[in-house]
Amino acid sequence: MKLFEYEAKTILAKYGIPTPQGTLATSKSQAVEVAGKLKLPVAVKAQVLVAGRGKAGGILFAGSIDEVGKTAEKILGMQIKGIPVKSVWIEEKIQVKRELYFGITTDRFKQCYVAVASGVGGMEIEEIAAKTPEKVIKVPINPQLGLRVFLARQIARKMGYIGGQIGELARILETLYRVGMDFDAELIEMNPVVESADGKFMAADARIIIDDNALFRHQEYKKRLLEGESELSPQELEAMRNDLAYVKLDGNIGVIGNGAGLVMATLDTIQYYGGKPANFLDIGGGAPPEKTALSLKIVLSDPNVKAIFINILGGITRCDEVAKGILEAKEKIGVTKPMVIRLVGTNETEGKRILTDAGIHVLDSMEDAAQRIVEIVKKGGN
Amino acid sequence: MGILIDKETKIIVQGITGTQGSFHTRLMLEYGTKVVAGTSPGKGGTKSESVPIYESVEEIQEKYNANASIIFVPAPFAADAALEAMENGIRTVVIITEHIPIRDAVLLMAHAKQVGATIVGPNTPGVITPGECKLGIMPTHIFKQGGIGMVSRSGTLTYEIAASLSRKGLGQSTCLGLGGDPITGLNFIDALKMFEKDEQTKTVALIGEIGGNQEELAAKYIQEQKYPKPVVAFVAGRSAPPGKRMGHAGAIVMGKAGTAENKIEAFKNSGVKVAEKPGDIAELLSKLVGK
Repeated sequence: MKLFEYEAKTILAKYGIPTPQGTLATSKSQAVEVAGKLKLPVAVKAQVLVAGRGKAGGILFAGSIDEVGKTAEKILGMQIKGIPVKSVWIEEKIQVKRELYFGITTDRFKQCYVAVASGVGGMEIEEIAAKTPEKVIKVPINPQLGLRVFLARQIARKMGYIGGQIGELARILETLYRVGMDFDAELIEMNPVVESADGKFMAADARIIIDDNALFRHQEYKKRLLEGESELSPQELEAMRNDLAYVKLDGNIGVIGNGAGLVMATLDTIQYYGGKPANFLDIGGGAPPEKTALSLKIVLSDPNVKAIFINILGGITRCDEVAKGILEAKEKIGVTKPMVIRLVGTNETEGKRILTDAGIHVLDSMEDAAQRIVEIVKKGGN
Repeated sequence: MGILIDKETKIIVQGITGTQGSFHTRLMLEYGTKVVAGTSPGKGGTKSESVPIYESVEEIQEKYNANASIIFVPAPFAADAALEAMENGIRTVVIITEHIPIRDAVLLMAHAKQVGATIVGPNTPGVITPGECKLGIMPTHIFKQGGIGMVSRSGTLTYEIAASLSRKGLGQSTCLGLGGDPITGLNFIDALKMFEKDEQTKTVALIGEIGGNQEELAAKYIQEQKYPKPVVAFVAGRSAPPGKRMGHAGAIVMGKAGTAENKIEAFKNSGVKVAEKPGDIAELLSKLVGK
């Protein structure tokens, strides 16, 4: 789960990491009011969870209170990549001497967290790594020790600092690691962390992504996510509330399957035969009929969907339960779009009988079924 | 033969009374797996599927000296269960549980390295050596004893491919699910090393997916070590857009890293044949073994 910039900065400030003085506003009048307490000039920054807000014009500067009102109004009226801007973060502009990067993420191969630092900042870290790989410092962290002060000092030195500045920067790095662990961050970064004209360090931008699997330890954020304050589409949200994994895609063939790998391979196979998947939907293992029915409802709520491919390979999941779910959906929401169903595995015979009795044809091979659905859509959905 | 487990492996089930735990204990027993005991808090002294239940692994070990564990405990408590198994001398731990936080997994793996334990998963279907032992949740009828070592990051896709291999008469030595999470115990290189030593394994089928760089590292390993057994691969997620997590916590493309193209190219450059569709794995393998 992505946190907004203002949420991340508020957390960092609470832990004692210096951040620019700032405050949140959701209207022009509020922006004018809160800006009165800040030193001008200020930056007015759109609070959205999609990347690339700077390029989209979502970060503007204002030198007077009057200008703050105007820029806030402008940004609050914007949509960034289709997402309406609901709030702006207004903060004091800082005199930057140097931009740096510091973040913590996971190293899958070493099975641990890794601190990533660079004396160059402000760009995406991948871009920094591509342009100046020698300037990216990666230090794996032993989870039983944590990011100790000595290690933070070594990193600060490698970022190009000497003397007293090492201690000051190291304190910030070590603190950021603590924030990351306390908030179960799968990614936490300050990009940039800046050195100001007077040699002090400050997190000018901050990003935290909480590990979705750890949200049970962070109920307030989970609540915010489920209430819809997120970058998720309505279908994605409905799926998440019901423990289904749904991802919206650009095509017109709705896809439902069991198991992430199988669903991914189903999308690939559809594409291989020239079709375009409208979504990814994994009903998970051992889904009861209601879950299949709900999945159909979610997939069909996407107006782009012209036909649906259900691909089930029953292990824990029982084919008869899936078949019942399909009939339940047909009855309750009236599925009128064509469906192609591939159903094999646990209780396959019973599942097939249920569907065949209801006049629904069932296929055995995933590849045959994929070809069939692509043909159906090409012929215009009948 | 095969890897990790065999007929003699003595297994405990942690979380044996839950829906999944009890159901799969029964299926493992039916397959001939030696399940000696299980744990479930508050249910010590009772039985599940004729298997005695204890309050703790410590108690089990005093009587049975088991050498492997399979964990069905819910995510918030699963890491603790795995640590309990390791602290009580168990050195092969299969974690079926899905949705374990990364922070917990990281701690777990560090401890496993320290004590020399092997962790399979989390979020794995487990491991099966057809005809000998099943330490997992996979449907058994789709597997067949033979010479193909299978290793995969996903569950049902593995079943799909295993079923198509078996239909063609291509049996498997061991099928190992690494797990769909970003942090897992075993990786592809670990599996390749084990399959190299296993006499029953003649060829290896490697089933990867988008996210991370495990597949690229495996490709590099195969090339640099001049891996002695033929390897074929499939990579799921060619059609996945960047920034979207495709169900598995580990399956996400961030920028250029972790794309299917990258992985497929790495395999091809290392001389590994890559299947276009899951069904093609069987064909590539039949050509290799001359069937």
